[in-house]
Amino acid sequence: MRRNRLIALLYLAPAGLLLSMFLVYPVLNTIYLSFLDNDSEQFVGWDNYVYLFTSPATLVVFRNNILWLVLFTGACLVIGLLMAVLANQVRYEAIAKAIIFVPMAVSFTAAGVIWRFMYIYRAPQFGQTGVMNALLDVLGFDPIPWISNTSVNNYALIAAGIWMWTGFALVVVSAGLKGIPSEVIEAARIDGANERQIFWHVILPMLKSVLVVVAVTLVINSLKVFDLVYVMTFGNYDTDVLANRMFKEMFTFGNFGRASAVAVVLLLAIIPMMAVNIRRFRRGE
Amino acid sequence: MAEHAAAVKQDTLGTRMVRALGRGPLHVALIAICLAWMVPTLGLLVSSFRPAAAIATTGWWTAFSTPFEFTLENYQQVLTTQGMGRSFLNSVMIALPATAITIVVAALAAYAFSWIEFPGRDWLFLVVVGLLVVPLQLTLIPVLRIFATLGWTGSFFAIWLAHTAYGLPFAVFLLRNFFVALPKDLLESAFLDGASHFTAFRRIVMPLSVPALAALGIFQFLWLWNDLLVALVYLGGVRSVAPMTVTISNLVNSFGSSWHLLTSAAFISMILPLVIFFALQRYFVEGILAGAVKG
Repeated sequence: MRRNRLIALLYLAPAGLLLSMFLVYPVLNTIYLSFLDNDSEQFVGWDNYVYLFTSPATLVVFRNNILWLVLFTGACLVIGLLMAVLANQVRYEAIAKAIIFVPMAVSFTAAGVIWRFMYIYRAPQFGQTGVMNALLDVLGFDPIPWISNTSVNNYALIAAGIWMWTGFALVVVSAGLKGIPSEVIEAARIDGANERQIFWHVILPMLKSVLVVVAVTLVINSLKVFDLVYVMTFGNYDTDVLANRMFKEMFTFGNFGRASAVAVVLLLAIIPMMAVNIRRFRRGE
Repeated sequence: MAEHAAAVKQDTLGTRMVRALGRGPLHVALIAICLAWMVPTLGLLVSSFRPAAAIATTGWWTAFSTPFEFTLENYQQVLTTQGMGRSFLNSVMIALPATAITIVVAALAAYAFSWIEFPGRDWLFLVVVGLLVVPLQLTLIPVLRIFATLGWTGSFFAIWLAHTAYGLPFAVFLLRNFFVALPKDLLESAFLDGASHFTAFRRIVMPLSVPALAALGIFQFLWLWNDLLVALVYLGGVRSVAPMTVTISNLVNSFGSSWHLLTSAAFISMILPLVIFFALQRYFVEGILAGAVKG
């Protein structure tokens, strides 16, 4: 047993050292820094947090993250589920799934460029070169500056996120769908259930745990979203989100206290997800 | 009899036709969604081969009507004068070694978690599961200060270690779940024959885990290849070590409407992920499923 302990230590040491140096210690240190001032010298109590929850500039950030959380998670789940169920019934399923899934392989940075390109705006008298505004043009509407118009830009950014991550939901849900025994569905059909009833009362309940897993991952990603916003707007025009705000506080404003407080808020928002993960894991043991 | 058979045949053909018609909306919906999903990438790809003047004044969909105007000049320009060639190498220099280190370190830890009995094992593993979701934003400032103290800012070595650490919780989690499921008899008989843990690790566990290691490797490589935040923060904006994601975001900042540069730069950064995706899709999907479902 003692020998085992020594061997285990040897195997765990590299991982343990790296995790302590780059995750455990920094997280604790950031929590501490969030109670200090700009330069991490004076203790300021809750000041940084009070600022975050009262300043209009940062309240917008919270609103945007909530928009991301609801719309991004919801749309990825719904479209992913829909596509999984539809694709399950056709012969070109693999191709259809691959097409939706491809954006997962590219970087958020490239996706940011792709979607900025989709949203190009030119004054109405010139021809539109961006797909979205060209569509509006064809339908007889005026072009919209998707990136800078504050009533649509958050949705425009979230759409780009949905385009990237629906493939994830699709692939995982689809695997869950294949795991449902066909006898169960056949039995429901013999009992006279129609396709819609089968979906709502048989398939959906059996997919519940898979959907929870997907939702947790999507929620975490919606809270952490950074690259897309950084590349597409840098958080300007009221599109800022927590992760980008933190980057700004650090490097644009040089305010390490506030930057740390933003990070801690991010952690607090994610902790419930961590609890879900741990509970699932322990149940699975 | 023949009549009867014909009737049956006709019937099935009829139902088949009815079913095909009934399934029309299904196909239309599916194909429409798929086409919509391809448009953004297609637009980028087509544009990257169009002359700068054409991109700036007309939509990419007009490229298919005469006169055909396509060029490789954008790629040439972005690779040489805008430094994307150098950045491509930097991306390789960052992602490849960091992926290799992650796999080795994670495999060692995952082995301990699955095949060595020691007190506190389950608790320690729960800590790893907890760390899975910790946003790396929480670590940026303290790690940056550690790097500054050690004089590591802007070095590949520092970013390898950081990437390894950030990838470890997922990597250990994935590999441990795979290692635990390996046949117990095989390892136990090896131990009875006097094999050490190191031999079991090297000769039995690692060779049997090639699919999981491949899935993890592909996943981690793509993740690092596509990372912007970590490179942005720890490489301190030094151009000579900047990976492609950083260079592209700089291009967006300074030439936000030079679409001939942006589209070709973005596509260069996408080539490798796309090749990996199409060649190794199975492993890629397995990695995602292992991370998401098998918990």
